[in-house]
Amino acid sequence: MTAITANGASARTLRWRTPWLFLLPFLALFAAMYVAPIVFAFVQSLFTLQRSGLGLAAPTLSFDPFANYARVFSDDEFVASLGRVLVFGAVQVPIMLGLALLIALLLDSKSARGRGFFRLASFLPFAVPTVVAAVMWSFLYSPVTSPINGFLEQAFGFTIPFFSEELALWSVANVVTWCWTGYNMFIIYSALQTIPGEMLEAAKLDGASATRIAWSIKIPMVRPAIILTTVFSIIGSAQLFNEPTVLKPISGGAITSTYTPLMAAQASVAAQNYPYAAAQSVVLAVLVGVASFVFFKVTGRGER
Amino acid sequence: MTPTLVSATRPPKQRDSGARPGGQRDTSLASRIGVMTVLAITTFYFLAPVWWLVVASTKPAGHQFSGSGLWFDGFALFENIALVFEAHDGIFGRWMLNSVFYAGTAALFGTVISAMAGYAIAKYEFRGRGVVFGAILAAVLIPKIMFTLPLFLMFNQVGLLNTPFAMLLPSVVSPFGVYLARVFASQAVPDELIEAGRLDGAGEFRIFRSVSARIMAPALVTIFLFQFVEVWNNYLLPAMVLNDTSLQPVVVGLAGWSASQGQIPAGTVVVAAFLSILPLVVAFLCLQRFWRAGLTAGAIK
Repeated sequence: MTAITANGASARTLRWRTPWLFLLPFLALFAAMYVAPIVFAFVQSLFTLQRSGLGLAAPTLSFDPFANYARVFSDDEFVASLGRVLVFGAVQVPIMLGLALLIALLLDSKSARGRGFFRLASFLPFAVPTVVAAVMWSFLYSPVTSPINGFLEQAFGFTIPFFSEELALWSVANVVTWCWTGYNMFIIYSALQTIPGEMLEAAKLDGASATRIAWSIKIPMVRPAIILTTVFSIIGSAQLFNEPTVLKPISGGAITSTYTPLMAAQASVAAQNYPYAAAQSVVLAVLVGVASFVFFKVTGRGER
Repeated sequence: MTPTLVSATRPPKQRDSGARPGGQRDTSLASRIGVMTVLAITTFYFLAPVWWLVVASTKPAGHQFSGSGLWFDGFALFENIALVFEAHDGIFGRWMLNSVFYAGTAALFGTVISAMAGYAIAKYEFRGRGVVFGAILAAVLIPKIMFTLPLFLMFNQVGLLNTPFAMLLPSVVSPFGVYLARVFASQAVPDELIEAGRLDGAGEFRIFRSVSARIMAPALVTIFLFQFVEVWNNYLLPAMVLNDTSLQPVVVGLAGWSASQGQIPAGTVVVAAFLSILPLVVAFLCLQRFWRAGLTAGAIK
């Protein structure tokens, strides 16, 4: 009998401890690989690198909490890169999500045949790593090898300058669109599948056309999915890196080494100015974090 | 890859549009033609580049860019593959193995710790649960790439740069995996079963291992897949923390070849690109059901 009481007491302690034991491996690594680096980067960003006049002695660090941040916002290249991804996001995200929504609605419509095939085909690019997709598109763009321009030249007598100053950003945007439209389509399509069939039947009995049903019932019903894909796409634009980096060598200078904020931060790392790189990534992380937070407050679906 | 999340707690009821009562008959020919035309055009957009890559990979070395981009012209796929594996003393094979090793190891350990963490959040009431889950959700929202530069700075300080650990340790941690595990655990593992295990005198960890984890098995495959792909596709992290070419994964190696300005023939880069997507595309086609499970659980309110 005493044994049972003892067991009961220890079981309660165990109960209390169990979830934390289950969480321990994850939380330990999470702290080490997510929290620690951010804290470390933040601390490092408060120092500045002092090089001696001749650059012969090793540079020294001195505490100057605002210097790097002041420099971030007066760094023309960094500010330009922020502006560039802003323009990029403002144009590319609506186009990509519009396309994703259109395909999802068409696949969900009664007129579609061969749904399985089309769904699979649009989702296939998701299985291609973005770097490999960019390498692939680099051949499709390259002035030397482009089969697209080869075809256009022969058929219509003109070519597209994919890496001109004006077009380069949109050539990058096309790669991103190619990679992610199917993924977003799938999320919206999955949401469409959960609309109760009776609701659509009722609308049809009332004489609503397919377009009308799509516009007045389906789209409002999948609004959460659309908002969600929008946020993730905006975050994706802010961290644009892989595609422009891969396309840079063949872009003939149109894509610079500070083309996007992350590329600029990486350029600071390459220049061994770690405190400044830290400040740049902190600024970027904060901007993205604030954007996500504002979004979740505005749409009222915060964490719970 | 940034997978999505919402507070999904139960799986959506799947509705196959085509199977809806009275579905097929009442569509007009015109609307069918319209819908199919648009779908055909978008499908061409998605498939043509990959098709071009496949076709170009089969053309004889040096002729990757000649003739029509969309049709075969001679068949030398196997010779081309041999060329890829011979270039730079066979470094490509090494890169592929590195990718398999990094992605496989990180996803394996990651799935285990995510499953345990997600299960604890779903199945135990404890103080601090909300805070922990909130922190994990926040981490899903801030993309991993944002942590990469700070990770580089930290690894530089502690001397982990240029070791496999610099790639593996951050890759094991997957907040999205924990999120999925929590969703799946609360859906699939009945509380009664855990209680029954307790009445039988089994320890909590034993219950998890021999009851709950088994029930969650299909979900664990999904978590493994997502993490495997995420690690395989990760470019910035290995590009920053692994300088030694023999340690790099295939995406970094391939990007290097692509930027080599002709040191490696463009034709060889094309075939290497084709080879590097093959494993993922095959996995993707064979394991469709698991992809869908992850995306639906992640995406639907």
